[in-house]
Amino acid sequence: MKPPPFEYHAPRDLGAALQTLAEVGGKVLAGGQSLIPMLNMRLAAPAHLVDVNRVAELGGVERTGAGVRVGALARHAEVARSGAHPLLTKALKLVAHPAIRNRGTVVGSLVHADPAAELPAVLAVLGGSVRVARWGRGEREIPAADFFLGPMESAVQSGDLAVSAYFPALGPRAGSAFEEIARRHGDYALAGVCAVVERGDHGHVESARVACIGVGPVPVVVDVTAATGGPAPPGRDPDWAGAARLVRDQVEPDGDIHASAAYRRHLVGVLAERALRNAAREADTVGA
Amino acid sequence: MEHEITLVVNGAARRVRVPARRLLSDCLRHDLGLTGTHVGCEHGVCGCCTVLLDGQPVRSCLTFAVTVDGAEITTVEGLARQGELSPVQRAFAECHGLQCGFCTPGFLCTVTALLRDNPAPTEEEVLEGVSGNLCRCTGYQNIVKAVHRAAELLAEEA
Repeated sequence: MKPPPFEYHAPRDLGAALQTLAEVGGKVLAGGQSLIPMLNMRLAAPAHLVDVNRVAELGGVERTGAGVRVGALARHAEVARSGAHPLLTKALKLVAHPAIRNRGTVVGSLVHADPAAELPAVLAVLGGSVRVARWGRGEREIPAADFFLGPMESAVQSGDLAVSAYFPALGPRAGSAFEEIARRHGDYALAGVCAVVERGDHGHVESARVACIGVGPVPVVVDVTAATGGPAPPGRDPDWAGAARLVRDQVEPDGDIHASAAYRRHLVGVLAERALRNAAREADTVGA
Repeated sequence: MEHEITLVVNGAARRVRVPARRLLSDCLRHDLGLTGTHVGCEHGVCGCCTVLLDGQPVRSCLTFAVTVDGAEITTVEGLARQGELSPVQRAFAECHGLQCGFCTPGFLCTVTALLRDNPAPTEEEVLEGVSGNLCRCTGYQNIVKAVHRAAELLAEEA
């Protein structure tokens, strides 16, 4: 249970970090809360590790009216404490345990792209993006839809550095929720659903989207606006159960030792309805 | 290749030469002889190796010593003051919050930071606060009692 040897690089600024990555490739070390377990268990053995913890430019949480930009060194706990984005705050409560959240980073979790992780789903449901830099090529902004390529595979290539992630703010009449089921508190979820519901002028559902985790190779985003049944007459709820059925039918989970495919599909239906209802309730509260 | 680093451990600056792959937990135990920090699972699940890094609880088994060069580390050895157990340590003893004691250093560090940030936690906040630390023999009832008792002791001393 000790990491294999590697060559260690500790650049002091962004330019040096990008140059080092261009020269040696190697893995980026930020929070290390996914990478170091993989090293300890010898599931990974990179020849070079580029530790970006001293690159001050990568820190910080920047909030504007349009959204929140989270730097590559912003730890989960710091982002949650900032309260910069309500859905991010809800999701971060579900990420592992307090001591892990003190060290792990939001951007690192996105790049790690675990199909059962919460933060990729948040980025996906909000339609956010990740800014990736590369020596000699400047920066590019990769939308969430193009960022998650497969289980543990993001669009970040060898030599790239993910410098920040952008989470668009919720609309003025929007609510959000994150619901998941894990075997043990703090574990990766068997299945989870985050939802964003936006109310229109007459209380109808303007838009409703969910992103599901643990039930596909990448977060599964489903727009359920149409399935809610259009403008509901006063006093009648939108058809959240119908919307949840649509979500359940769209996912293609795999079974494993933790849960069968059928159970995961069942969970997604239950969690989707719960998340949509909770998000709608919050939208009513903030819009009232 | 070895790296020369300085860690401020329990208030004292310690210089040490380590290979880059040296985990902070092993650096504390093997290089600095501070064996109070225990190593259980070595992949971040059990919480035994929890220490305070610049005041925040972290897994020392998921941190490279070389990454935290220059940082302040508090281990279980640094919790007592002038030979007297800290209020958190006393509460664990008083409430039978430990049996074999293997997980205890991690709990003590975690709870010390928890009560510093939240001096009067609710039951739910205590459970969430210690959720990342596993105990396999005492059971959590007495540990949770000890956290509340430690909050009382700290309040009395304040």
